[in-house]
Amino acid sequence: MSDHAIALRGATKQFPHRAGGTFTAIRDVDIEVASGEFVTVVGPTGCGKSTTLSLVSGLEPATHGTVTVNGRPVQGIPDGVGYMFQTDATLPWKNVLDNVALGLRYRGIGKAEANAKARDWIERVGLAGFEDRYPHQLSGGMRKRVAMAQTLITEPNVLLMDEPFGALDVQTRELMQDELLRLWSGTGAAVVFVTHDLTEAIALADRVVVMTAGPATVKDVVTVDLPRPRKVEEIRLTPEFTELYRRVWDSLREEVEITRARGAGNVA
Amino acid sequence: MSHEIPVPVGVGLETEVAPTAITSKRRARSTARGPWAVYGVRTLLVAVWLGAWELSARTFMDPFLISMPSQIWQRLVTWFTDGTSQGSIWENIWVTLEEAAGGFVLGVLGGVVLGVVLGRARFAADVLAPFIKAANAIPRIVLASLFVIWFGLGMESKIATAFVLVFFAVFFNAFQGAREVDKTLIDNARILGAGRWSLMRTIVLPSATSWILASMHVAFGFALIGAVVGEVIGASRGMGLLIQQSQGNFDSAGVYAGMVVITAVALIAETLITRLEKRLTAWRPQATSTHASGV
Repeated sequence: MSDHAIALRGATKQFPHRAGGTFTAIRDVDIEVASGEFVTVVGPTGCGKSTTLSLVSGLEPATHGTVTVNGRPVQGIPDGVGYMFQTDATLPWKNVLDNVALGLRYRGIGKAEANAKARDWIERVGLAGFEDRYPHQLSGGMRKRVAMAQTLITEPNVLLMDEPFGALDVQTRELMQDELLRLWSGTGAAVVFVTHDLTEAIALADRVVVMTAGPATVKDVVTVDLPRPRKVEEIRLTPEFTELYRRVWDSLREEVEITRARGAGNVA
Repeated sequence: MSHEIPVPVGVGLETEVAPTAITSKRRARSTARGPWAVYGVRTLLVAVWLGAWELSARTFMDPFLISMPSQIWQRLVTWFTDGTSQGSIWENIWVTLEEAAGGFVLGVLGGVVLGVVLGRARFAADVLAPFIKAANAIPRIVLASLFVIWFGLGMESKIATAFVLVFFAVFFNAFQGAREVDKTLIDNARILGAGRWSLMRTIVLPSATSWILASMHVAFGFALIGAVVGEVIGASRGMGLLIQQSQGNFDSAGVYAGMVVITAVALIAETLITRLEKRLTAWRPQATSTHASGV
């Protein structure tokens, strides 16, 4: 048994191809994440970063290799996993309070208790006073805060994030990154955060995992030993950060070029 | 067959085009001239139409065939004051309404349950698809004759006719709605700990609601058609019987008067359904969208 919160060993995922045959999304991926560790995953567009997350979350089974969460092999959705999606996953027909309380209600917790806890989390993500609003009445950043509270209220010790801030404007994104670090610090949760934004990847992470062009596997792991607590907009101006950025980019550039060359035919 | 029957639903032009191709053209309908101009012109149109009808029936057309507004009005007045040949008009309306409502409720329940379940069960849907298509291709209105043989002249045969018309209208929309649920919402709910039943109740059903509600507008029209056609074929009471008796007596004014009453009932029902729709979709940003229902 391992003491890692998350461990992928030789994880491979193949999907049946529409035209027959199989399509390999990721191959032989080895990643281990300890409790309380923040790992970001970068890689060329469409290389299979998200697939890695769906293996850990149990939404998709691995074709080969093993995936364990909290020391147990993943079969179905493991306990203690939280997942923030790239696109909006708030329920448009429920108000903020009911959206945040959703996970607790699914877990069979009574309405009064779930609502009390939801109110607490709404305050923590800075949305106090917006309990009765529906998602369409909120800005993109506020909806992300709802999603964050919705995920964190279940107190996951494994937190998976798939480019959660990708659709936000730059200022809001940096604000949300700081919020995430603030809410995460001290929870002891292991985080896997997928992004294609190198600044984001380095600013948030303890380790940056660089993936190859698809079918993706781990190419490089860069340790980020910048001190915490961090302020994203300040840390990215330091020389240490620039140095790390260069290292990660050197590693990633080759893969991006391969992807570009491949996609030149069918991608604008 | 059911396609060609003019469905007495809808208040605005948008819904009167139902059931084949109702889609957009919802917004940008507010005119610069203001609402009173719209009402004024509408009233004028009706007046011109009724006037032309009355005039032609009094001059060169045969009122025995096409009747005329004054005669229809007279018939309606008689029905509502002295009653009809089949007893009180209210009683007849009530019977037809009960049959339509019965078929509507059963049809909606059946259509929603089966539609949502099959929408989420891909294998079962694949297996059953050709049978459902075949059942839908049957000219269902003809089943009314069969139902009279099976269930007799009472209410049951009309409820059955209304049911088969409503069921398919609602079923296909519920099916499509359940199929098109955002996958992220499903995944998110599963991660948050939703079981199969919670997933249906909190994600799939609300997602499909706008589809289902859209089909209900058309469906109530179908329910009325089912009830009235059932009564025309064989009944002891109801609006369809009144129409059928008028036809038997070559009383075109009576047929028209029956149509007017049924149309009024349909319009009231439509208003109620729209109100229900507004309440159930209060979370939505703007006015309702209407999905086409391929019946």
